[in-house]
Amino acid sequence: MKKLLAISALLIVMVLLAGCSDNGGEKVYVYNWGEYLDYETLELFKERTGITVVYEEFVQNEDMYPKVESEAVIYDVVCPSDYMIQKMIENDLLYAPNFDNIPNIKYIDETYLKSSEEFDPGNKYSVPYCWGTLGILYNKTMVDEPIDSWGVLFDEKYSGEILMIDSVRDAFAIALKYLGYDLNSTNEAELEEAKALLKKQYPLVQAYVVDEVRDKMIGGEAAIGVIYSGEAIYTSRENPDLEYVVPKEGSNVWIDGWVIPKNSKNKENAEAFINFMCDPEIALMNFNYITYSTPNSGAWNLIEDEAVKNSPVAFPPQDILDRCTAYRYLGEEVEANYIQKWYEAKGE
Amino acid sequence: MKIINVLNTKAPKSNLQKNGTHNLGIRNSKWLSFPYILWMAGFIIIPLIVIVYYGMTTNDKRITIDNIASILNPINLRALRLALELSLISTIICLVLAYPLAIILRKSKMKNNSFIVMIIILPMWMNFLLRTIAWQNILERTGVINVFLKLLNLPSLNIINTPGAIVLGMVYNFLPFMVLPIYNVLIKIDKDVINAARDLGANGMQTFMKIILPLSLPGVISGITMVFVPSLTTFVISNILGGSKIVLIGNVIEQQFRVGNWHTGSGLSLVLMIFILISMAILSKYDKEGEGSGLW
Amino acid sequence: MVKRFFERFYIGLILVFLYAPIIILIVLSFNSSKSRSKWGGFTLHWYKELFKNQSIMNALYTTLIIAFLSALIATIIGTAAAIAINSMKKTPRTIMIAITNIPMLNADIVTGISLMLLFVALRYTLGFTSVLISHITFNIPYVILSVMPKLKQLNPHTYEAALDLGASPVYAFFRVILPDIFPGVFTGFFLAFTMSLDDFVITHFTKGPSINTLSTKIYTEVRKGIKPEIYALSTLMFITVLLLLIIINRRSADKKEPVRRL
Repeated sequence: MKKLLAISALLIVMVLLAGCSDNGGEKVYVYNWGEYLDYETLELFKERTGITVVYEEFVQNEDMYPKVESEAVIYDVVCPSDYMIQKMIENDLLYAPNFDNIPNIKYIDETYLKSSEEFDPGNKYSVPYCWGTLGILYNKTMVDEPIDSWGVLFDEKYSGEILMIDSVRDAFAIALKYLGYDLNSTNEAELEEAKALLKKQYPLVQAYVVDEVRDKMIGGEAAIGVIYSGEAIYTSRENPDLEYVVPKEGSNVWIDGWVIPKNSKNKENAEAFINFMCDPEIALMNFNYITYSTPNSGAWNLIEDEAVKNSPVAFPPQDILDRCTAYRYLGEEVEANYIQKWYEAKGE
Repeated sequence: MKIINVLNTKAPKSNLQKNGTHNLGIRNSKWLSFPYILWMAGFIIIPLIVIVYYGMTTNDKRITIDNIASILNPINLRALRLALELSLISTIICLVLAYPLAIILRKSKMKNNSFIVMIIILPMWMNFLLRTIAWQNILERTGVINVFLKLLNLPSLNIINTPGAIVLGMVYNFLPFMVLPIYNVLIKIDKDVINAARDLGANGMQTFMKIILPLSLPGVISGITMVFVPSLTTFVISNILGGSKIVLIGNVIEQQFRVGNWHTGSGLSLVLMIFILISMAILSKYDKEGEGSGLW
Repeated sequence: MVKRFFERFYIGLILVFLYAPIIILIVLSFNSSKSRSKWGGFTLHWYKELFKNQSIMNALYTTLIIAFLSALIATIIGTAAAIAINSMKKTPRTIMIAITNIPMLNADIVTGISLMLLFVALRYTLGFTSVLISHITFNIPYVILSVMPKLKQLNPHTYEAALDLGASPVYAFFRVILPDIFPGVFTGFFLAFTMSLDDFVITHFTKGPSINTLSTKIYTEVRKGIKPEIYALSTLMFITVLLLLIIINRRSADKKEPVRRL
């Protein structure tokens, strides 16, 4: 009997030790969007630097923030969007990296660094990784009119054919823009109006999706879906009937950037990782894999396929960008208000 | 995912235990349960206390009932009502499907009843997320069913992203938990009892109503709890087959934890636990031996 | 005759219902398109890719090691506890059984969340160990409830006889009791292993970023589309278990037959 007990005790101790010895070797904890880089680059990073990447994914900014804030898990590199970076800076969650360790930032195009200053003044905290627009993906064979307005998302004609985005800021941006308001609106009356519109949309929607939109549109499950521009190249490759458009009312242009949380325990590894991601060849690998627009001019120069290089979807012309606005962080209260209204809109 | 032990059910009871003492005779064996008691205290009881603590406090450690009361919020209440409805419907469908199946299986002269059990639990070896995703492929507008309907020139069905799809997902995932307990009690019914009833002039219906049904009740009850509880609390099935349009209480709780509202999430979990406790109470009423044998 | 036909038909329908998704998944593993909603032609490509895919292989490894360790530890603790519970008086026994039933009847989501809250409160880093502890916790009841019925069938006198003949309690246990309850212990281990393998919800809440089991890996991929390698892996696992069970079943059928007739 004692033997049995001793063996079990020994086993438990061994397992606990095994759990702890997990910490051996250099590591970097990366928290990124779903399928937002070429996984092979992680292997390459390990080969080049000897640092193991512990990789985890999130679905939307709103899911990522509480995890970083709660410190239940401590990450070294995170990839939030513009307004979320601003929120993290304001709430003092970020560490300002030593840019001497990130020399490859020179490959990031001036334009994007300048637009990043909107949410990260002086480019102190973040390094742009991908950017894009929010728009409509539609199936040419399933619609019989030119699609150029958010209005189709609220049109009863398409009842059951609509895949709406399940992300609070994006959903409100669509409603606000369609109503002719600013997508950073904090005006209660405007927000109420937007909520009413989204509520009216509920019965028309087939499903609320984020990343799932990809497979569903490829399979021809719906006529219209809301999607980020980066997915559009992949989806139209898989199903040539799919077309991407940025509606005439205007939309959101966003930048996702690498940041280092203040509580990171491996800050130098984090800097090495960000630097590695800015390497033109790595950035190109990622671009080819995820097809999201890269702000890396070094990588852009390396793109061989002229059609992709000059693709109006991946690299939209100025007139489209002119009608797009970036999100700003609107403060704790307004944010809570948005979330509450979004629940209410979907709750019926 | 829960499963039922199916391999021990045929165990004939030895005469020894009928004397009332189960004592094996291993003297002073009580200490053998210490690791277990410690483990259960540490990882069952204390976590439940922690969840009660979180559910009854706010971020700044003040006591409150707001978290629990948030179930009264119309959106959450709706999610709970819908979850109750859908899980009740699934439980009933499971029962209706499983009972005849168990009866047929009992009658069938399979040489080895573990074979029957095997074919019913075998699908569980494919990950349940994958199995649920496969239902998407079957139910979608361009999915298997609709392709068939189209071939037959029938109008297409719109099942995916409706409550019906969720019910189907629940029935699919939890049907084995209804079939097995019922089957297990049925095969334990002594043939002689049934034959005796027949000899005494009972017809098929009477035999069923007076003998089989009452004797199978423990299995039915445990089947109901084993289907009802996981259906009530699921968030995965509703996520995958409901297209996030249909929000169940499980989704609400999962979402609260995802966006960092641990206190509200815990409060809502406490509400769920009330329903679970009710199921447990019902179960223990039928579990007369107090051995969890109803489940097994 | 008609009744017979209906019975067969009914069983057939249920089997189609149970196995339709499995067939879909097996078919998808041969689909050359990466998207689940498009058939791109037959290929064996994903079966080759599978073994090159480090992250899937890691997840498989983690899943198996957690399943094995949690089942093993749960079997040891559970068997010991079952023996003790079996010799308890009525009241403490009822209490113990009630506690044992908690993780079985409780909702997975509540169990998972409560464990996560505990680990976070203790500032214990979520990772391999936290998942392992959680799996052991929900596995122990399966072992206890598998072993208990076998213990009840035991003849206590053989053990006492062994003691009277001078065997030490430990020796008597391994020589007399264990062989008799072994089928129950094995069933418990097997069930615990299966449960651990199939668990998603509890792992989802108690895992950290450093590990992924197959379930949690699949969950992160649900949205963007499951990698076809996963279908290939699941098909292989399914076929393996199917073959194993058929073999075991044949054997135990041969063995059990005479006993049954008693």
